[in-house]
Amino acid sequence: MLRVENTEQAPVEFSAALIAKFDDIKSRYPEGKQKSALLPVLHLVQAEYGWVSAPAMDKVAEYLNILPIEVYEVATFYTMYFMRPQGKYVLEVCRTGPCCLVGAEKIMDYIEQQLGVKEGEVTTDGLFSWRGVECLAACGFGPVLQIGPEYTFYENLTTQSVDSLIADLKAKANN
Amino acid sequence: MGRKLLLQHINAPGINTLQGYRQTGGYAAVKKALKTLSPDDVVEEVKKSGLRGRGGAGFPTGMKWSFLAKPEGVPRYLVCNADESEPGTFKDRYLMTKIPHLLIEGMIVASYALGANTSYIYVRGEMMPQIRILEKAIAEAKNVGLLGKNILGTGYDLELYVQPGGGAYICGEETALLESLEGKRGNPRIKPPFPAIAGLYGCPTVVNNVESIAAVVPIINEGGDEYAKIGIGRSTGTKLISASGNINKPGVYEIELGVPVEEFIYSDEYCGGIANGKRLKAVVAGGSSVPILPANLTLKTINNESRLMSYESLSDGGFATGSMMGSGGFIVFDEDQCIVRNTWNFARFYHHESCGQCSPCREGTGWMEKVLHRLEYGHGKMSDMDLLVDVSKKIEGNTICPLGDAAAWPVASAIRHFRDEFEWHVTNAAEATTRNYGLAHYADPLPKIEKAEA
Repeated sequence: MLRVENTEQAPVEFSAALIAKFDDIKSRYPEGKQKSALLPVLHLVQAEYGWVSAPAMDKVAEYLNILPIEVYEVATFYTMYFMRPQGKYVLEVCRTGPCCLVGAEKIMDYIEQQLGVKEGEVTTDGLFSWRGVECLAACGFGPVLQIGPEYTFYENLTTQSVDSLIADLKAKANN
Repeated sequence: MGRKLLLQHINAPGINTLQGYRQTGGYAAVKKALKTLSPDDVVEEVKKSGLRGRGGAGFPTGMKWSFLAKPEGVPRYLVCNADESEPGTFKDRYLMTKIPHLLIEGMIVASYALGANTSYIYVRGEMMPQIRILEKAIAEAKNVGLLGKNILGTGYDLELYVQPGGGAYICGEETALLESLEGKRGNPRIKPPFPAIAGLYGCPTVVNNVESIAAVVPIINEGGDEYAKIGIGRSTGTKLISASGNINKPGVYEIELGVPVEEFIYSDEYCGGIANGKRLKAVVAGGSSVPILPANLTLKTINNESRLMSYESLSDGGFATGSMMGSGGFIVFDEDQCIVRNTWNFARFYHHESCGQCSPCREGTGWMEKVLHRLEYGHGKMSDMDLLVDVSKKIEGNTICPLGDAAAWPVASAIRHFRDEFEWHVTNAAEATTRNYGLAHYADPLPKIEKAEA
């Protein structure tokens, strides 16, 4: 169940660079329809902080001149926004029918075994978490997974390609 | 070799750039439409083409356009539905990745026809790479005066923006998509009013699928009448089919509507037969929400006629013995696949994706998932099949949007055609957790199977 974490967290201040990106998005909509910027702005917040915290949402509400609840209800409705901190790399594996026909369940079991954490948990080094997600519209190239915030795609997964992916990400994080 | 209208230049070098796209004749439709045709002429060509919405519903695109209200002083919007999320469907991702300018060109022509000066392409949020590809293509087009103010000196202005979704299947439903584009939860709206009267920001709006908009380009280039000559009956033109599952060559194929299903599965031009020398068990022909068919009914209709890849032929026999074209998500199951497990998987998907607005869908999808889960894991009862059908019937037709139907149909059709496999999961519960039911009587009776195995 998605919910807004009701923890005491320090207020968030967005950088000028981030606000400039928000402004660019806001300019795409007619006068008074700035709420349309909410989904893209939340993506930017998540790319910046790795997840979407309550103070960040309050700040987004302030920026778009809408109520905090209007941000919470949207952030919890859509599956891409993380309501709690995640690993640096979140492996999101497609778990829907067509991918399962070509072995997605085995890939998820293998990832769980290799990372040593259950779905939704974060590895002790803080580098990884993983979860099954619904159809990623890449059924012909399954099994597939994606990694935000760029949402890079990894297709036709095998246990070997998962091994090298995890190794590459570890190397990248240590550099 | 069938004609290709959308993917004919897909392998041309640099086709993903403005220059490469133009070298293959790209943006000719914009010139032709804006300089020689009136907006109404463009609508008329699309009507003549017989183009039917490629997102799944199959509603005639030209007719949808002609319903658009045009009150004075009120902006009109074109919104492209690129929220491709129907399991089994990945054609729009392919098209946007490989040939983004085709979509941009279609958006310009369609926006001109509808009198829209601001248009949006709503892309599912997971497709961030495609969003960046489209934004780059838009910048290229704008740089040479194909977008922005006074396009090609014709006096027509158009701003085109890409909007990311947040991860929600429901936003493929056009009114949920509009809610989402307004920065809200993707709860479908009660219709009427239809978007053609009150859509985005309460203004008249047309929402079209990526492939429908792309198809406008060849329609304008070649003329609606020429487009209508391709295909069969009321299934005119070409269609992108996303082929997945247990086949030798999964991928996106452009077919002339009317190709026999058998040819599509077994010919090397398309799927190339069943993978690993296995035999065909079942097919979901149009994305996860359309009824699943066993092999025999996939290849032939109940009247023993060859089944064709067309709107009419795929639905021949109604829900009793037919299916639907849907979005063209063609999912192939080989003999080793378990229908119960797959039906549970799809039910879980719809439960996960229900927006929660209508009780029959919010509750019913969860019940179906639970009952199917216990059947798959060896705790089912013989009465569960009737229970599932009963729940599906109580969802179907009782919800604001078609997600309820989409959740009900795969379950009802799986039990209709594969009831003995479900019953075997009850009577042989322990065995069912260790092996699959296999082909049983669903085997495709045609001798072609032998050829595929060789």
